[in-house]
Amino acid sequence: MKILVCISKTPETTSKIKFSEDATELMEDGLQYILNPYDEWYALVRAVELKEEFEGSVTVINVGPASNDTVIRKALAIGADDAVRINVEPASAMSVANHISDYATGKDYDLILLGKESIDYNGSVMGAMLSEFLNLPFIAHASGLTKGGDAWEIERGITGGTERVRVNGTVVVSAAKGMAEQRIPNMRGIMMAKRKPLEVIEAENKASSLETVGYAYPAEKTAVKMIDPNNMEELVRLLQEEAKVI
Amino acid sequence: MILVYAESNEGALGKSAFEVVTFGHKVAQLLGKQCIALVLGNAADAGILGSYGAQRVMQLSDASLDTFDGRVHAQVIHEVAEQLGADVVIMPHGPKGHATAGRVAVRLNAGCLTGINAIPTLEGEHLVAEKDVFSGKAIHRVAVTGEKKVLTIMGNTVKPERSGTAVDVESVGVTPIASTLEVIDRQKQTSDRAPLPEAELVVSAGRGMKGPENWGIIEELADALGATTACSRPVADTGWRPHHEHVGQTGVAIRPNLYIAAGISGAIQHLAGVSASKCIVVINKDPEAPFFKAADYGVCADLFEVVPKLTAALQNRS
Repeated sequence: MKILVCISKTPETTSKIKFSEDATELMEDGLQYILNPYDEWYALVRAVELKEEFEGSVTVINVGPASNDTVIRKALAIGADDAVRINVEPASAMSVANHISDYATGKDYDLILLGKESIDYNGSVMGAMLSEFLNLPFIAHASGLTKGGDAWEIERGITGGTERVRVNGTVVVSAAKGMAEQRIPNMRGIMMAKRKPLEVIEAENKASSLETVGYAYPAEKTAVKMIDPNNMEELVRLLQEEAKVI
Repeated sequence: MILVYAESNEGALGKSAFEVVTFGHKVAQLLGKQCIALVLGNAADAGILGSYGAQRVMQLSDASLDTFDGRVHAQVIHEVAEQLGADVVIMPHGPKGHATAGRVAVRLNAGCLTGINAIPTLEGEHLVAEKDVFSGKAIHRVAVTGEKKVLTIMGNTVKPERSGTAVDVESVGVTPIASTLEVIDRQKQTSDRAPLPEAELVVSAGRGMKGPENWGIIEELADALGATTACSRPVADTGWRPHHEHVGQTGVAIRPNLYIAAGISGAIQHLAGVSASKCIVVINKDPEAPFFKAADYGVCADLFEVVPKLTAALQNRS
């Protein structure tokens, strides 16, 4: 079984986010980066589990600069066999999907996995773009993925519930909570990761139709109004008359 | 022309359809264009979308479309967009939008921005839209420069607004491609509460509840409000509550009008999924709980005493 897992790096959730003076760029200094949790905990771990069950290989692919190698090595430590990095600064989800599609075309993967979104820009859009470029079916928000004969059986989130779908052949799946449990890489994995192949592919950036106008910080919350625990009538009144939410 | 994909589920249009058409109508006004709603599948009364601002409502009532396959929906949306000459395609930011918007964007070679949470503006000739980024710690303003644009809209971004009258539904001259997906089982949420991403009122509880057997007071509070119940990550992970109730960074991100959190300390990963709520009420006995900093109203007391009092006060409200 040949599996490709698309991974991205994101700022660590507790990082302080700062922008350049003209507020058009994220300041990188002092920012801690991690492997995007949806890609790591759910997509990559499920891929490694499937490899352990059916044999085969797990390749991770990332589009980005050399500084991304740290998170790529972590993916190798968790259990991917090899890695590919397309050496361009990603301009948009469209350009990332385009680069990954160029790489994956003709390589006969049985499964392409990715997280349902990245926790920085929360686009939830790259998987569908990649699937369209590759002309493959795509299942979003998958919380379960098993192989039965030639078919994949996938549990996916739908509005107000879940459903199980069956699909034959190669499929692209975006992974959500429930797909797998986080794995902490052990020392052996970390040591082996250093020797696993990481192929760097040079590429020209693809045009993007999105331009950052600027970043802003959300309006400061006004100080919390503390309510007497013995006067819930007052809280109800405030919700009705001041906040006007009920 | 603005083409709005109005989502239907199990033969009915939901709140998201009315919101996204209201949003599309406002974008159409901004750009001086027509707004056309597209319904795929067997939803009844699609013409009602006219009253939310769609000048025309198109529907493809092909039964095969009720089994959702983003590849098929994208093909139909793309062909309709080409036939009608759509400049902007708008969809809800949810499971269906996630499986479809990117495909339509590739097919149209469009600029695609997802998760928008405000009405866009025109700056020069560019459409500029905003979305929350970095776990709610910043707002990203983006110009969508492509000639064609695909946008997805967060739930509760606009209130559904009636601005016209129902219109006759026109059929769509597109043959959907065959789906390669087969649905083998469907589990509906058992409660009759609104689905979490759509809910306007949410009552959520965390580890402070001490165990799943104590959730009755949360259910009663939710009943008194007509709210949907939710929970924090540790509560879902230990199996006290189902996974679909987990709100936060790795669960569902929500932006209801009212979010009441009982016994949740307010870790940044939790805040990432709820901080866009319009009004936040925090009930916690620990005065140092970080959640108080993100709250509009706080009650520092034992939730087992406060929650039933709040329920009673809500039941007695005028």
